[in-house]
Amino acid sequence: MTVKKSRKFSDATVFILPAVLLLALVFVGPLIWFFIQALASVGTPAEMLSYAWTIITSKAVVTALMTTNWISLMVTLLVLLISYPLACYLANNQGMRFTLVLFCIVVPYFTSIIVRTYSWMVLLGRNGIINQVLLYLGVINEPLALLYTKTGILIGMVYVLLPYMVLTLFATMKAIDPSLMRAARGLGASGFYAFTRIYFPLSVHGVVSGSLIVFILSIGFFITPALMGGPSDVMIAMLIERSVEIMFDWSGAAIMSLLLLFATLVLYGIYYRVTDVRRMMGA
Amino acid sequence: MTTTGPTRSLSAYVTVACLVLMLPIVIVIILAFGHQGYLKFPPESYSLRWFATFFGDPRWQRALWSSVLIASIACVIATVLGFFAAYAFVRGDMRAKKLLLSFMLLPIIIPHVITAIAMYFLSGPLKLVGNVVWIGLCHATVALPIVLLILLSSLQGVDVNLERAALSLGSSRFGVFTKVVIPLAFPGILSSALFAFLASFDELIISLFLAGVRSETLPVRIWNSLHLQVEPVIAAVSAFLIGVTGVVLLLDAFVRQARQARLASYSNVR
Repeated sequence: MTVKKSRKFSDATVFILPAVLLLALVFVGPLIWFFIQALASVGTPAEMLSYAWTIITSKAVVTALMTTNWISLMVTLLVLLISYPLACYLANNQGMRFTLVLFCIVVPYFTSIIVRTYSWMVLLGRNGIINQVLLYLGVINEPLALLYTKTGILIGMVYVLLPYMVLTLFATMKAIDPSLMRAARGLGASGFYAFTRIYFPLSVHGVVSGSLIVFILSIGFFITPALMGGPSDVMIAMLIERSVEIMFDWSGAAIMSLLLLFATLVLYGIYYRVTDVRRMMGA
Repeated sequence: MTTTGPTRSLSAYVTVACLVLMLPIVIVIILAFGHQGYLKFPPESYSLRWFATFFGDPRWQRALWSSVLIASIACVIATVLGFFAAYAFVRGDMRAKKLLLSFMLLPIIIPHVITAIAMYFLSGPLKLVGNVVWIGLCHATVALPIVLLILLSSLQGVDVNLERAALSLGSSRFGVFTKVVIPLAFPGILSSALFAFLASFDELIISLFLAGVRSETLPVRIWNSLHLQVEPVIAAVSAFLIGVTGVVLLLDAFVRQARQARLASYSNVR
């Protein structure tokens, strides 16, 4: 009887097929087709490899990869430093305070990236609000170059990616038993000591998964750096877009895409090992 | 809570951080109501002028309708397929469940630029550039992971015994869905539909490649005008998009509240 019942439910597996079909036809299919076609047009496998080598070692790609890595590392570090106290506060407060802080994180989170980028462009421009305020207060004598610099990219990307980190850290910190900290303090540990020896180690898991997800999303970032960066701040995703839009160089785009895809999948593989994917995006 | 030194400085930090987080959103909304023809903060006078421009300009109107149409298609496809897939994950017993799930989340992990170029590469020869149904389908792949994540937790709350009871009392598989699973998971389904709509409505990169001139969406038009010149009407369009986000979050909050109220009444019955 039980066997029959559970069989009745094991056939629920078939319900996954329509979604798998959609992904196969509209997502995986086009990706594989693109890579095969774009690379096959280069010629024999040997020609393909030497072509791939010229692309990967070209100055534009090497520079873009270095820029991408540097920006992504900086963004991840900054996001982590800014988010940690916020998540800590969220995990240890309830009621109105909790709701209010969560509101301030969730509203930007669900606002269109192009809108968030646009508003930072307005804020950071040469005659933007931040420069106006700083000039008015006499902090600076001439406008700071914020927009169209790496600083601009960092500010924009940190703003966009911050919620992912806060929500990931929050999920981990919420699970930390507050009585552990109280016990440590009760036994005479200083606040600092209790934090570094008890709280932080227990939150490391969130730090690792949050940093991974932010870094993964950073290396493929396109909109914010394209709008807020200067001419020399080219990230790999921008280079891929340009080679298609401006130079119609599908093969070059395919090789750079494979490189970015490979890095993304390796990091996602690590993320998959260390964390529960169902918790992604703070769901 | 006692206000010791560290707690107080944490509170101060959180207050400042929250203000900075909300600053860009608030500034855009204020600028949208400015009257003058250039961006100035604070605006010298306020009016609805730029909203009138937005709603009066046929090109912005077309972009708005393209966005709504594409997002509706993506929302329906992603929610329906996502619901069945989430059900399969919760009830079915397949091997490598976690691996399969992480595969289905790939569309939000793989950089959109790569996905968009691959979709574009296929769309050209098939004459699908500018086709709203096709763009909707492409957006659905990106919205699907969001639907899955929301519905997985929502369906976990549906008691499998209720489904067993319905089946043993002679209900068909279809009946179990329409009379048991869907009603019980309805708040989650609504939430996921809302966020699927929003994900497509705000999507830029895939639309940028696939929309062509025919089906430019709102984000694509914003992108194009940001590249040329920052017109004040962008502030009004942005404020409109923020408004859409606000409505979605508000509706989601209502849905959540309704679910909690219902859960409370359930436990009273028991």
